[in-house]
Amino acid sequence: MSGEFGFLLAGVLFALGLIGVLIRRNIIFILMSIEVMLNAAGLAFVVAGARWQQPDGQVMFIFILVMAAAEVSVGLALALQFFRHFRTLDADAAGRMRG
Amino acid sequence: MNTMLYVSGFVAVISTLMVITRKNSVHALLYLIVSLLSVALVFFVLGAPFVAALEVIIYAGAIMVLFIFVIMMLNVNKDSVQQEIQWMSPAGWVGPACLSAVLLGELIYVMTSSSLRMIYVGMVGPKQVGISLFGPYFIAVELASMLLLSGLIGATHLGRRNDSNNNKKNVERKSS
Repeated sequence: MSGEFGFLLAGVLFALGLIGVLIRRNIIFILMSIEVMLNAAGLAFVVAGARWQQPDGQVMFIFILVMAAAEVSVGLALALQFFRHFRTLDADAAGRMRG
Repeated sequence: MNTMLYVSGFVAVISTLMVITRKNSVHALLYLIVSLLSVALVFFVLGAPFVAALEVIIYAGAIMVLFIFVIMMLNVNKDSVQQEIQWMSPAGWVGPACLSAVLLGELIYVMTSSSLRMIYVGMVGPKQVGISLFGPYFIAVELASMLLLSGLIGATHLGRRNDSNNNKKNVERKSS
């Protein structure tokens, strides 16, 4: 029962993060929603690892953690550059490519 | 123990719902920290204490501090004083405080209950995780280190100020 609850929780959190990416236009909020989604994916791995008593789920969570750290550092640096360039955090301001 | 799992899962869902609906980014960040803490409690109840500690230290600690610094750097509004007054109002922090009080109560209950029973029979401790991490997954550890290095280089490259004119002036000064 609790294994099913863990998977359900991971699915709900992932869906909430996806909704956040879709409905928000502020870059900071989009990055936060991506963090929520990555966290939900890691939660699914850990729940599976606990369900079958294997350490592989936690190993995968550590890799997801590393990836989230690298992603958020690059993403926040991009957000800073974006703000310097466009003077706004609206993601739609960069809707047009130049080139 | 099942109740613990359900309560912390409920807190996680509510605080994540608050994250994606807040107008103020700092309020959303507070709720996001509560969400990460409650997911850490779920990990602990499921018998993964090592990963729960990593979640608190790295996610709720390091990554959220990064977010806070960037939000601070981006705060260039003229009416920032007005915003500051607004941030100090209890409406900003009562919600996260109540949700984290629920988590604190759960934590106290876990610590004071006579036996630290996990939901599953055996818990997967840090020793097993370490043996697995540096055994069959060793190549992935190397790849993760390269990923972190590329993230570091990318962040320093993207994060610097775009002042090519100043660089040119410096070069001219040095040459003259």
